[in-house]
Amino acid sequence: MITLAHFIVLGAILFCISVAGIFINRKNVIVLLMAIELMLLAVNMNFVAFSRFFGDPAGQVFVFFILTVAAAESAIGLAILVVLFRNRSTINVAEIDSMKG
Amino acid sequence: MTPQLFCFYAFATVIVGAALATITVRNPVHAVLCLVLAFFSSAATWLLIQAEFLGIALVVVYVGAVMVLFLFVVMMLDIKPEVMREGFIRFLPVGVIVAAVMLVEMLALIGVRSMAAQGLPPDPAEAMKLSNTAWLGQTLFNQFLLPFEIAALILTVALVAAVALTLRKRSGVKTQNPSLQVMVKRDERLRVVKMPAERIEGGAP
Repeated sequence: MITLAHFIVLGAILFCISVAGIFINRKNVIVLLMAIELMLLAVNMNFVAFSRFFGDPAGQVFVFFILTVAAAESAIGLAILVVLFRNRSTINVAEIDSMKG
Repeated sequence: MTPQLFCFYAFATVIVGAALATITVRNPVHAVLCLVLAFFSSAATWLLIQAEFLGIALVVVYVGAVMVLFLFVVMMLDIKPEVMREGFIRFLPVGVIVAAVMLVEMLALIGVRSMAAQGLPPDPAEAMKLSNTAWLGQTLFNQFLLPFEIAALILTVALVAAVALTLRKRSGVKTQNPSLQVMVKRDERLRVVKMPAERIEGGAP
């Protein structure tokens, strides 16, 4: 029998994997973006599970909005990445330091 | 173990394996493909708990559009995997420790809250004699109409922004300007010159 805990644990594992991915791939912007997508997937997993187990459609509607915003985010992120590569010929995060942050 | 639970464990194993592969493989193209696998298996687990619309939307929107965009960009950029991998070993312990601590904390929280584990309740959409899509749609268009319109606006803004960011103006390129071409008038192209007729002196034919 599937319980709510199954889904929440799966979401937690996914979230932790993506956090580890951000730590170990800090040179590569593309893999960083992919780790963020994984994080959003983990959050969506929780939303869907709670919505289904508590019988509230608002959770699934929220996943719909998250998908929308995530699509917009990745479109703009990849556009920035393309412009960055065109101007600097690299996507190495360590070399993108012209703003001296 | 019910067949449903068996399917859940199978899909969850695939998701976790694909997510681990996404963050560790050397080639970014393989990473994108592993991410596609993770999304697809997640859609399958959502189908298991009767979230049909979102499962299909995840496959269509994410696997079909966003991941293909990722693949395009990854293949377009010339990435050297060995340069991108430097620091991988150095940051590996930190990443694993942080992730493990977070996971233990989250599992402790979940464990406290889920002592009274309850099974899957009856499908609320089914109870209202609706499909999952109709159930979602009624909520979306009754309670969340304004956020829905704003989401559409966000998508439009993202579209315009992505095009505006990547549009490249090259200098020194000879191109035709169609709007100037169609706006041209006759006087700009044709000049009628008045000339007196010429006659050769004394040479009448």
